[in-house]
Amino acid sequence: MTADGGPELVQLLTPEGERVHHRDYDVDLTPDELRALYRDLVLVRRVDAEATALQRQGELGLWAQLLGQEAAQVGSGRALRPDDFAFPTYREHGVAWTRDVDPLQLLGLFRGVTNGGWDPHDHNFALYTIVIGDQTLHAVGYAMGIQRDGTDRAVITYFGDGATSQGDVNESFVFASVYNAPVVFFCQNNQWAISEPLERQTRIPLYKRAAGFGFPGVRVDGNDVLAVLAVTRAALQNAREGNGPTLIEAFTYRMGAHTTSDDPTRYRVAADLEAWKLKDPIERVKVYLARSGLADHDFFDAVEAEAETLAIGLREGCRSLPNPEPESLFDHVYAEPHSLIDSEREEFVRYHASFAGGQH
Amino acid sequence: MAVTTMAKAINAGLRKALENDPKVLLMGEDIGKLGGVFRVTDGLQKDFGEARVIDSPLAESGIVGTAVGLAMAGYRPVVEIQFDGFVYPAFDQIVTQVAKHRARSSGRTPMPITIRLPFGGGIGAVEHHSESPEAYFAHTAGLRVISPSNPVDAFVMVQQAIASDDPVIFLEPKRRYWDEADLDDTVDIALAQSPYAARVVRQGTTATLACYGPMVRTCLEAALAAEADGLDLEVIDLRSVSPLDIPTVAASVRKTGRLIVVHEASVFLGIGAELAARITEECFYALEAPVLRVGGYHTPYPPSRLDEEYLPDLDRVLDAVDRALAY
Repeated sequence: MTADGGPELVQLLTPEGERVHHRDYDVDLTPDELRALYRDLVLVRRVDAEATALQRQGELGLWAQLLGQEAAQVGSGRALRPDDFAFPTYREHGVAWTRDVDPLQLLGLFRGVTNGGWDPHDHNFALYTIVIGDQTLHAVGYAMGIQRDGTDRAVITYFGDGATSQGDVNESFVFASVYNAPVVFFCQNNQWAISEPLERQTRIPLYKRAAGFGFPGVRVDGNDVLAVLAVTRAALQNAREGNGPTLIEAFTYRMGAHTTSDDPTRYRVAADLEAWKLKDPIERVKVYLARSGLADHDFFDAVEAEAETLAIGLREGCRSLPNPEPESLFDHVYAEPHSLIDSEREEFVRYHASFAGGQH
Repeated sequence: MAVTTMAKAINAGLRKALENDPKVLLMGEDIGKLGGVFRVTDGLQKDFGEARVIDSPLAESGIVGTAVGLAMAGYRPVVEIQFDGFVYPAFDQIVTQVAKHRARSSGRTPMPITIRLPFGGGIGAVEHHSESPEAYFAHTAGLRVISPSNPVDAFVMVQQAIASDDPVIFLEPKRRYWDEADLDDTVDIALAQSPYAARVVRQGTTATLACYGPMVRTCLEAALAAEADGLDLEVIDLRSVSPLDIPTVAASVRKTGRLIVVHEASVFLGIGAELAARITEECFYALEAPVLRVGGYHTPYPPSRLDEEYLPDLDRVLDAVDRALAY
């Protein structure tokens, strides 16, 4: 497995910012759309950086960084129609951005004030799933549902290279294949599952797994937002037209740690990181925009200023996120009254009231 | 003797097991080069090689399922599930295969597998990282389920679990990983107390607190605080929840007349429920109050900002003691 993704890698914008063409995939974007993608990438990276800083300051218990994966997430997220549905892992902050989820809502889970954060149906974006790979089956089930509804909507599900070893992910491939479900499997191969390199999960390029399940697989430069957009659009269109699932392997790199609890210096070499820095997903878009005269300094400065404002808002918003009411423990466990929950809630209230009365 | 944390004590126990038996091997996610997310296996791959300390693919069912095959091939696998909430993909293998293989083969195919499982809350973690699933396993015949409460027990019990021909769910109280104690790493595990025997860790006369794993320290602190009120609490570290050492608890209850069982797991159909039933049967005439339970609620483990409201603490233990004494 070559470190550069090999000749099969679909690329439309080189790391040097050169627009190239591919025999099967292309995008035709207006200057406004190109600038909007750049803005997305910068703002998403800023959300990630701010959240990482908030964790360091003790405002978040944990943060799962997306640094380096902005193009994979923004490109695929922007390929979706509003009525498509996305099933994320816990690192899809960039996809969440494209689904209009307020970044502050992403922080709640990591601050420990909620186990959810947003209404999936408001955004057609499921809640984050921490257990590795579980959401891929949910995505296939959702796809089977809309297939029966007779719509031309499509579903996308996200997972990582590590997750491809999980039984659930392989089962999701089987279900999607045999039912021809309108789903796109979007694997962000960021080369690392915490400390374990890709070689611990597979001996063949991941996109080639699809062939064994009976649907197409494609490897795209995950740091190339244009290529990701093109490939994902095509896969979604394929699903809409009743041609079933596609596996997209977005070849990228986890520039940060697995989470803020992780220390990657224990298991990987700095040289790899340096090599990937040259393939930065944002820099190449900036170079392309500047060189083709599609954006000037004023535009780039305005995006930076917007990122700063976003960061300030996030910082202030995070610090003022309220702790949940203790009694909310008992909310929403069941739809209908449940005698055990009811009695435990009464006992809980009585117990806590005893402190207020100064009995302890 | 050296001051050692529980995490390092387990590491030392694993090291001993690897040294003493060439058939022992370790497998799990990130346990090799990284040394585990809690560093419990730190340095073991470096010293024992990649063939014996195996970084596995990210697949819990795969880890436990292949451990079954390794056991059949004569190995003694010690597998790590990274967090309590990640054990469920392996639940099928544990319940339908690991637990039953010995009985199905009339004892010809033992399953000397140790499944290490960091469990419990109180570390401010995100969802699925704070759970107490012991009752699921204790409910399954064929599994032994044990939990050390301190570094010394952790060192000894992990070796005993590995040496056992039965599968053992080894529950590591993750919030006590950094607790320290003096550890004598020359102790002979053959001469050590059985891991399935409870231990009275504090003598008392007023009431008995039965607990295990992370709650032992909580109960000892509660007992210390109760001294000020003139209460003399006995504390029993159960150490094993399957089997349960009923005679040790019964002897204590015959002395104190009151029993409070404390665990982080939800009380509904939990270890405390079983103990309450058994002790009521065995000690009916000695009981001065019903057996009370302090534990988690029948709710999903809450977001971490509610850790303190959810988990049993010193006050909730003492509240239960007050209620027991009020009968």
